[in-house]
Amino acid sequence: MTKAEIVESIYVSVGGFSKKEAADLVDAVFDVMKETLAEGDKVKISSFGNFLVRDKRERPGLNPRTRTPITLAARRVVRFRPSPVLKALVNGR
Amino acid sequence: MTKSELIDVIATRQGISKIRAELVVNTIFESMASALAQEEGIEIRGFGSFSIREYQPYLGRNPRTRRPVKVSAKKLPFFKVGKELKEMVNESAANGVPIVE
Repeated sequence: MTKAEIVESIYVSVGGFSKKEAADLVDAVFDVMKETLAEGDKVKISSFGNFLVRDKRERPGLNPRTRTPITLAARRVVRFRPSPVLKALVNGR
Repeated sequence: MTKSELIDVIATRQGISKIRAELVVNTIFESMASALAQEEGIEIRGFGSFSIREYQPYLGRNPRTRRPVKVSAKKLPFFKVGKELKEMVNESAANGVPIVE
């Protein structure tokens, strides 16, 4: 599924928007989610899942190709925790 | 941010009613959930992609009682962060933006 198909579902099932408006709305939703996560805040979508922001400390690692020890820099990552509803859905329950 | 806060921001920013914004936001996540239910991956450029990962059954342990428990085969949605979002989040960490608990 691509963004174009999500836009199509807004255009068809919600209705009352032009294709351009539907596309702008879908972009706005993902933009707001990105901005929120960039502000260090989580995004909680009930019955879908939570997008969380976590800080990872600097840690030793290995270059997988050369096996040379390297230091993996501290970084901030986005974690997705699927809701029980979504987990049940993908398992056919 | 919760889904209802996201709906409020979308209504204000796009100049539509909260009822319409709610329909839009719900439709987006419902269509994504049904794609995943059919084991179809989702790709949103700049945000990230979702795929289904299958896990084999394994023998786990109840951490409290230490009793072995059978964990049956399962599928889980997996999210891989997109390049743009990854960079935005890392940049804000580098700029000292704190995590909102």
